[in-house]
Amino acid sequence: MKTDNRCRAVLMLPALTLALGLTGCATTGDKPTTTEEPARHTISEFSDQRFAEVDDPWERFNRNIYRFNYYFDKYLFLPVVSSYEFVTPTVIQKRISSFYNNLGEVKNLTNSLFQLKGEELATTFGRFLTNSTIGVGGLFDPATEFGLDRHDQDFGKTLGYWGVDSGPYLVLPIVGPSSLRDAGGLAVDSGIYYGIYSAIDPFGFTDNSFPIDTGITTLGAIDTRHQQSFRYYESGYPFEYSMVRFFYHKKREIELGKPQPTD
Amino acid sequence: MKHLRFLYIACLVLLPLTGYAADEGYYGYPLTGSYEATILGTPVDMIPELPAKIPTRQLVLDVIPDRIRPPIFFYDEGLRCTFAYQDKKAPLVFLIAGAGGSDRGTKLLTVMKALHQAGFHVITLPSPTNSNFIVSASGSRVPGHLTEDAADLYRAMEAAWQKVKGDIEVSSFHLGGYSLGASHAAFVAKLDEERQIFNFRKVLLINPPVSLYNSVTRIEEMIRQIPGGSKKQGVFFNKMLSRFSQFYRSGNFVAINDDFLYSMYTNELFSHEETAGLIGLTFRISLAGIIFSSDVMTNSGYVVPKNRVLHHTDPLFDYFLVSTHLSYFDFFNEYFYPYFQSMQPGLTKQALIDSLSLQSIEGYLKSSPKFGMMTNENDFILTRAELNYLRQLFGERGKIYPRGGHLGNLEYKDNLTYIVNFFKQGGEHHEN
Repeated sequence: MKTDNRCRAVLMLPALTLALGLTGCATTGDKPTTTEEPARHTISEFSDQRFAEVDDPWERFNRNIYRFNYYFDKYLFLPVVSSYEFVTPTVIQKRISSFYNNLGEVKNLTNSLFQLKGEELATTFGRFLTNSTIGVGGLFDPATEFGLDRHDQDFGKTLGYWGVDSGPYLVLPIVGPSSLRDAGGLAVDSGIYYGIYSAIDPFGFTDNSFPIDTGITTLGAIDTRHQQSFRYYESGYPFEYSMVRFFYHKKREIELGKPQPTD
Repeated sequence: MKHLRFLYIACLVLLPLTGYAADEGYYGYPLTGSYEATILGTPVDMIPELPAKIPTRQLVLDVIPDRIRPPIFFYDEGLRCTFAYQDKKAPLVFLIAGAGGSDRGTKLLTVMKALHQAGFHVITLPSPTNSNFIVSASGSRVPGHLTEDAADLYRAMEAAWQKVKGDIEVSSFHLGGYSLGASHAAFVAKLDEERQIFNFRKVLLINPPVSLYNSVTRIEEMIRQIPGGSKKQGVFFNKMLSRFSQFYRSGNFVAINDDFLYSMYTNELFSHEETAGLIGLTFRISLAGIIFSSDVMTNSGYVVPKNRVLHHTDPLFDYFLVSTHLSYFDFFNEYFYPYFQSMQPGLTKQALIDSLSLQSIEGYLKSSPKFGMMTNENDFILTRAELNYLRQLFGERGKIYPRGGHLGNLEYKDNLTYIVNFFKQGGEHHEN
């Protein structure tokens, strides 16, 4: 019964996305009631290099998903996150975040390995070991106090490190800003994570392993959103979509260490 | 970072002593450059630790009923204000954001938390130049006119008060704002003398411009001095960005974070002029949002073709490029002044410029004891003469810090303490 509901919820998402996408297309088809007159200042007077721009051939689709994420946040995700923040004492919230951040080290570990970054691999392994033991299964983060800095890695970065271009910008449902390459990377990271998880199957000995696993995943998603302060359309800046796109893309490209175009 | 942490601990231990030290003119804000302070703000370890979670509620106000919002602003459902409340009777402080700022800007929220911790109710308001305000709360939809903005703000504050007054007990009202928000606060306070809804007891102006037009002229000069002038800001931006990326790759950095930015400063990655250019460009990016939003709301055909209906899927990047290449003078001469001239025939350009200044209400500012003013010796939006003007105008009511640039030191502990104490004096006055 529970499984059915969950499946339905999962199936609902693409359907909703599609529905929102279609309404978006429908509205853009509206005819203006009066004729347009050219603006006083247009791009034709522009004689400068374009700046802060990112390749985005699927912009209309992406903007639909961007709006979908806004509604998803507004009507489902953020209310759930707020309830979680309301009922959970701040100290516990911090422990939960540390716990999931520590699980995330698995992804950092595999990807420093894929990038053959020995020192980083050792640091991350040290962090994972320290926090899993002295840090009581990741509930605390003593590793940072010991000077072991966290190195965030993912398979998108690994691909980028080995020369794969980011490809077009992509806004993913719920997840948010990404790119074709990073979306692929996300799938691989999730695959590896669940592969390891199923191999270990920490709750396999109980009769309730499925609800426990689901609970862990759900809480993980809530914690991820709890740790992000970003809110869609909150800046009140009309070019927010373009700015988010630029900062997401540029930050990743810079952190990858790929050569940047010079003038 | 370790040094900073040590310094922070040292500050905590020596806290009882800093009071005396302050009397002797000691001021510990570390960044000496005006531009650098403005960009980097206050090092994290020098911002006092404020509670992560305080009771707040977001207010969405229907300030102008039946307002028609174009489809591009579908997400705008009313003016957004943030309300932090106490469970007992307390004074309420309204805070107004700086140019382009929303009700949830980082600096604004820090001041809000500091005041809340000290026992105040706080309501933060977006700047009248923020898109949300232009769409939902601006009567003219053309922001930047201090008297008109003040009337809009006053109406918004009344709406906010109507919304919360059943839930809290308020002993008195106060008002504060920074940068352009400080100019707004002065004009709102003046309006309040006539309307007398709030009877503000204390009004704090933080880093105010004396003349809005002069201050913006100075910022425009900062972008005009880049190679090729402001019409080549794209070339400049790309060049700076490329240097930024190369610097990141050359060092052993973990991520683009505070450590990295601080190291950028200590290595003098950008020259003084380049830093100025970056501040000027940031201003232009902010101004572009104002120009675009106002143009869409008034259907003036300034950067968006007249009668074009934009939808949420429409790419807007070309509008961004066009708008960022317009200066404040373009905006003022081609859009802002013509609008107010059409409303008020006979209005000269100089008269309009003069009205956008504290000088235009100096008699009131000079005589009213409710005002306080804080700014910095090296705030680049002021000339030396303007700084002296503020010094004379506010006399004992003014506090001028030796450094901090424009708002760079706002979150520094001494500054926050000063702000809190300023409003506390208003409370004491009330109880006597």
